Amino acid sequence: MKSRVIAVPYVIWSGIFIIVPTLFVGYFAFTDSNGTFTFENISKIGKYANVFGRSIVYAAVATVLCLIFGYLLAYFMAHLKEHQKSLCLVLLMLPMWINLVLRTQALQNILMDNGVINRLLGLLNIPSLKLLDTSFSVVLGLIYNYLPFMVLPIFTSLEKLDNKVIEAAQDLGANSVNVFTKITLPLSMPGVYSGIIMVFIPCLSTFVISEKLGGGKVYLIGNVINDMFNQNYNFNVGAAISLVMMLIMIITLVVFGFLDDETKEGIL
Amino acid sequence: MSKAFSRIYIFLVFFFLYAPILLLIFFSFNSSNSNVAFNGFSLRWYEELFHDEEILRALLNTLIVASLASVISTIIGTAAAIGLSNFKKWKKKAIMNITYIPVLNPDIITGISLLLLFVAFNIPGGFITVLIAHITFDIPYVILAITPRLRHVDSHLFEAAQDLGATPVNAFFKAVFPQLIPGIVSAFLMAFTLSIDDFVVTFFVRGNAFSTLSTVIYTITKRKIPLSINALCAIMLLCVLTVLIAVNIFDKRKSREEFK
Repeated sequence: MKSRVIAVPYVIWSGIFIIVPTLFVGYFAFTDSNGTFTFENISKIGKYANVFGRSIVYAAVATVLCLIFGYLLAYFMAHLKEHQKSLCLVLLMLPMWINLVLRTQALQNILMDNGVINRLLGLLNIPSLKLLDTSFSVVLGLIYNYLPFMVLPIFTSLEKLDNKVIEAAQDLGANSVNVFTKITLPLSMPGVYSGIIMVFIPCLSTFVISEKLGGGKVYLIGNVINDMFNQNYNFNVGAAISLVMMLIMIITLVVFGFLDDETKEGIL
Repeated sequence: MSKAFSRIYIFLVFFFLYAPILLLIFFSFNSSNSNVAFNGFSLRWYEELFHDEEILRALLNTLIVASLASVISTIIGTAAAIGLSNFKKWKKKAIMNITYIPVLNPDIITGISLLLLFVAFNIPGGFITVLIAHITFDIPYVILAITPRLRHVDSHLFEAAQDLGATPVNAFFKAVFPQLIPGIVSAFLMAFTLSIDDFVVTFFVRGNAFSTLSTVIYTITKRKIPLSINALCAIMLLCVLTVLIAVNIFDKRKSREEFK
């Protein structure tokens, strides 16, 4: 129990495979292909300012919508009977086992021009809609894939909420709106923050969803990074863009109080 | 808010989450090659799936990588969690902050940073790089799953065992380890699921010759969309459901026994 030595393999592992790779991102960002120091890659980032802006907008819209729909779902779930709660939890986690690519493909099939939705509209004599390859389909895909990550931490913090506090507020004359805004909402904020972090960061960095549901029309920062590493083989510019993305991630973490221990717990 | 409204809302959200997947499975029984028009029941896509060398090979790769990565990361991670609990506070905190990096980093950053490491040291992408990457993102989850459980371990038992003449190693495996088993099992399952599920990290470090299920699905669906992919989805969902139901029954039986 008192042995410290057994942690050594991990300390070495994390040094080689966590710290060194992270430093390499910085190294590649500030060097050219010959390894000489340069600011050129960083100066090229300006060209992608609009892509960064677009990614942040898409991720923010998806996160806000996930928050609204997810909070409501978590709230209703927290008021179910015990066995219904566990059923809902299983149902919520089940799609997470089907991988991202497959889930996104499933959504693509439905949204296609001759997909199920447009066929149903056809039966009602409504002219078919262009659903796929639009901003709508990309945001829908983001919500579809990441909604559970918003619901779970909020549900957990609502579950922890002591019912006696709510009863006390009611006894003291608070109406249901007051109970919600003064008690339930503030006490569930750690869950909300974890949810925001867990949805915003993957939404910001996605390339699969924008590629499959945006059909090349919605070009996000994840797609730029993917192209830099898998098509143009310009690792240095790719690393510079990744560095900026890490910076945005760190800002997100600081803003949403990741330093808060309870929020930290929610992420796991 | 009324109960009826909450029920309808919950139903609608789950309908949204499940309709695409259920439709995908429905079309796996289609006799024609269409994801939108059903032309009659057939099992031909299941047959084609089992004859598809590319997919079967990728399935095997996925299972090998996930099993190895989850076993190795469970061992390294459990040892690390125990060892770290004896570190000085600031050292422990520093290492835990490093541990959070792969958890919080977007997958794409984890992927490209490992790729840069492999490129810098001229290690070609393949089985080994994918395995290393999986172990790297699995270990933090193992550590974070085990650490809280360590607080509940009764260390007096460890001392008592030693007082009774057990060597420290023996005392550990007889007195402490059994208390950690539930945590280790859930950490292992988590690591396994993460590995099976991963697409992005694998995609960046795999090189050109090595594929897992998710990368194969990604490349296949870029060209054409064979319905054998749907059949695969149906089978995967069935496996997960079986495991979940089994775990559920096991849990119920266990709690009933404890009740007795």
